[in-house]
Amino acid sequence: MLIDSGSPRAMETVGISLTINGEVRTLEVAPWTTLLDLLRERLDLTGTKKGCDHGQCGACTVLVDGKRINSCLALAVMKDGATVTTIEGLTEAGTLHPLQAAFVEHDAFQCGYCTPGQICSAAGMIAEGHARSRDEIREAMSGNICRCGAYTNIVDAIEDVMQSGAAR
Amino acid sequence: MVTTISSTGTDRYVGTAHSRVDGPAKVTGLAKYAGEFAAPDLAHGYVVSGGIAKGRITAIETAEAEAVPGVIKVFTHENRPRTAWLDYNYRDAVAPPGSPFRALYDDVIHYSGQPVALVVAEDFETARHAASLVKVAYAAEVPATDVDAQAEFAYDPPKKRAGIKPPPQPWGDATAAYEAAPVKLSNDYRLAVEHHNPMEPHASTVVWDGNGRITVYDKIQGVSNSQGYIAAVFGMKKDEVRVLNPYLGGGFGIGLRPQYQLFLAVMAARDLERSVRVTLTRDQMFTFGYRPDVRQRVSLGADAAGNLQSLRHDALSGTSRFEDYQEVVVNWSAILYDCDNVALSYKLAQIDTYTPADMRAPGAVTGVLALEIAMDKLAYATGQDPVALRLANYSERDRTEGKPFGSKALRACYAQGAERFGWERRNPKPRSMTEGRELVGWGMATGVWEALMQQSSAQATLTSDGKLVVGNSTGDIGTGTYTILTQIAAEVLGLPMEDVTTKLGDTDLAEAPVAGGSWTAASSGTAVMKACRKIAADVFAMARAMDDSPLANVDFDRVVFEGGRIAVAGDPSRSVSLVDAMTAGAVDKVEATESAGPDSGHAKEFAAYTHSAIFVEVKIDEDLGQVRVTRVVSAIAAGKIINPKTARSQILGGVVMGIGSALEEESMLDHTIGRFMNHNLGEYHVPVNADIQNLDVIFVEEEDKANPMGVKGLGEIGIVGTAAAIANAVFHATGKRIRDLPITVDKLID
Repeated sequence: MLIDSGSPRAMETVGISLTINGEVRTLEVAPWTTLLDLLRERLDLTGTKKGCDHGQCGACTVLVDGKRINSCLALAVMKDGATVTTIEGLTEAGTLHPLQAAFVEHDAFQCGYCTPGQICSAAGMIAEGHARSRDEIREAMSGNICRCGAYTNIVDAIEDVMQSGAAR
Repeated sequence: MVTTISSTGTDRYVGTAHSRVDGPAKVTGLAKYAGEFAAPDLAHGYVVSGGIAKGRITAIETAEAEAVPGVIKVFTHENRPRTAWLDYNYRDAVAPPGSPFRALYDDVIHYSGQPVALVVAEDFETARHAASLVKVAYAAEVPATDVDAQAEFAYDPPKKRAGIKPPPQPWGDATAAYEAAPVKLSNDYRLAVEHHNPMEPHASTVVWDGNGRITVYDKIQGVSNSQGYIAAVFGMKKDEVRVLNPYLGGGFGIGLRPQYQLFLAVMAARDLERSVRVTLTRDQMFTFGYRPDVRQRVSLGADAAGNLQSLRHDALSGTSRFEDYQEVVVNWSAILYDCDNVALSYKLAQIDTYTPADMRAPGAVTGVLALEIAMDKLAYATGQDPVALRLANYSERDRTEGKPFGSKALRACYAQGAERFGWERRNPKPRSMTEGRELVGWGMATGVWEALMQQSSAQATLTSDGKLVVGNSTGDIGTGTYTILTQIAAEVLGLPMEDVTTKLGDTDLAEAPVAGGSWTAASSGTAVMKACRKIAADVFAMARAMDDSPLANVDFDRVVFEGGRIAVAGDPSRSVSLVDAMTAGAVDKVEATESAGPDSGHAKEFAAYTHSAIFVEVKIDEDLGQVRVTRVVSAIAAGKIINPKTARSQILGGVVMGIGSALEEESMLDHTIGRFMNHNLGEYHVPVNADIQNLDVIFVEEEDKANPMGVKGLGEIGIVGTAAAIANAVFHATGKRIRDLPITVDKLID
């Protein structure tokens, strides 16, 4: 193993502030903590998934300041002051986000593990406004792996929401 | 007559499309997976993976790791707590014959990536960091991981794996018939090693309940298997171990057996008397089971019209040094086609890797791939249309067991699939179809999988508010089990689906096997149906015993359960609500647990298989060697379809994994160091959204009596044959016959 620790010592923490799903959170985090691990391990927001921890699968996709990112590739301290929306934050007052409802309706998942990342990614993609055709949706959603192979249904669900103009 | 579940004779929920009942939990992030359950004072374990493939650990230095603040303990083979002595105790419910791998058991290294230490710390990052400080010295030996190089040591597995049929005895004289045949084809085939790569990495959260009791959330396709394993390995009573797994983030077979993170997490929790979670990394997902490396030869002898006169299929499969993994690879050839001279063989060769594992349609993906490419070659060698050739050799009975098929709508699959695809417009000549600068290829293949059922129990509880809860311990691995069991229960008792809750994945529920082999709908479905029918009978007895009961003097087989009421068939005015019957019976709930198993009488007479016909279009840019699968039509005959929506998704998923198998997936072993080199999702390519275009699924329903539900299972059949159809389409497009899959760019560019 390559990491040379020098003398062992407790990791010092850094104070940050994040707005997560509309709630301002003031947190003390270690510099080595990723946004993903912060969400999952500290804040019990386990809807955001860890599939590879290397930015290769997209399961950890969340919206940071409205843009989709792989939360496994972001250290929490780098996002001080940011607004974070996770899958839990897409549901408002118990009502499913149009993408969430469309994913259920089109059976756009099976095991469900990649699903929060797919939905957050789709929300980010729609906001980007570049994808218009099915081919473009496919291309723009290719950072989110679905091993169950629900891709055609995922595209159906996203297209449905885009056509209805329901996405926020 | 069509099989129905409802007492009314017409099914209302079964056979119609329903969205997943677990859908809202999954799209909102509320569905929790094994590594996500919280526990007070939870410690985090991180696995240190070994650096060599064969040899011994000569020294393991943990002091530096232990000195990191926050580290609780480092476990190695030198200090691990005592566990069961006999390796028999480590054999889980689906283990192949042999001695299962035991993590941290001793200093012997059996394979690359073997866990050599577990670092437990107060938080994940500290454990991960400290794991990097564990230093291991080895006495390395040269590993042997190339199956070809071990072929001279091939052997027939002396102990057969339960549930895996060995090749049948040969019939006729395949060698003589081959020599005499006017048309002869004999070729080798290979499908690369594949890793399952479910999106959820393996994880176990062990909650220390005190007094030696634990509650375990384990990534497994059936919690009863983990419970039995823990009890045997750690000498615990089953009632001291509760295992749950309500949701599984993808299995595909790698969740069938308890894996080493479970052993390590339980070991640490018991030693520390504290809750512990161990989650594997993506690269560690390449350090246990995989689809084995199988070397195959298919030899077909035929007359000039393509009628098979000799069929030989030989397979040599890699396995580990410690277990004889077995799957059905070659039998499919003699099940699919009718030939009077058949010889099949299946042998193993040991290599220095972990034991292979069942991966979606284990054996069939591999064997049918070779057979169906060979059949395409035969079609070209004899000038026959590929569909016509298959119809000419169509088998009416399973000659490996000498039984007719209980049902086999494969002819209809060929016909309906071909029509939907537009197969008649195909110019059979290779390189004859183009679109712009791309070559177009149309190929087809057949798929087959056995329709299985396992002994399963299920429970049902109807409460006096009219709500029904059903369930058992098996898992919903994304297949839709929660939903179909809800449909079945609602159908039997005539309740709205909203009033039925299905619970799965908990050893406190009625025992059921792992979810695998496409047997869950038949097994758990039948058990739930029986439990609900028992409740129906019990509540009916209460209804009939009511004062002035409208159902007095009416027999059970003359009533229907509909809309929460029991009514006389044909006379809805004479009815009693379930709730009123229970009130009159002075009970607040009615419970039933029933079990169901395969019908051995029927199985003695009939063979039960699912079949498919797959039609594929590829477009190929020859300059780039890039293959795009632009269209797939998959026509499936799999008995009764309970939920067309989730059923279709099962097939789509199988097809997508088949596309991966054909064009992308390949775990690359470096034989000099015995290690899978591309152990991440950036280098082990699985299909992404851009790889998948138009997929079309046709269900050709069949009436089958192998089980009371009339279902045959759908988890595997979608993948079988898909890769062969793609390889055949690639041949049609390019004239290049690739028999070593995946078909990557290098194989298409001269």
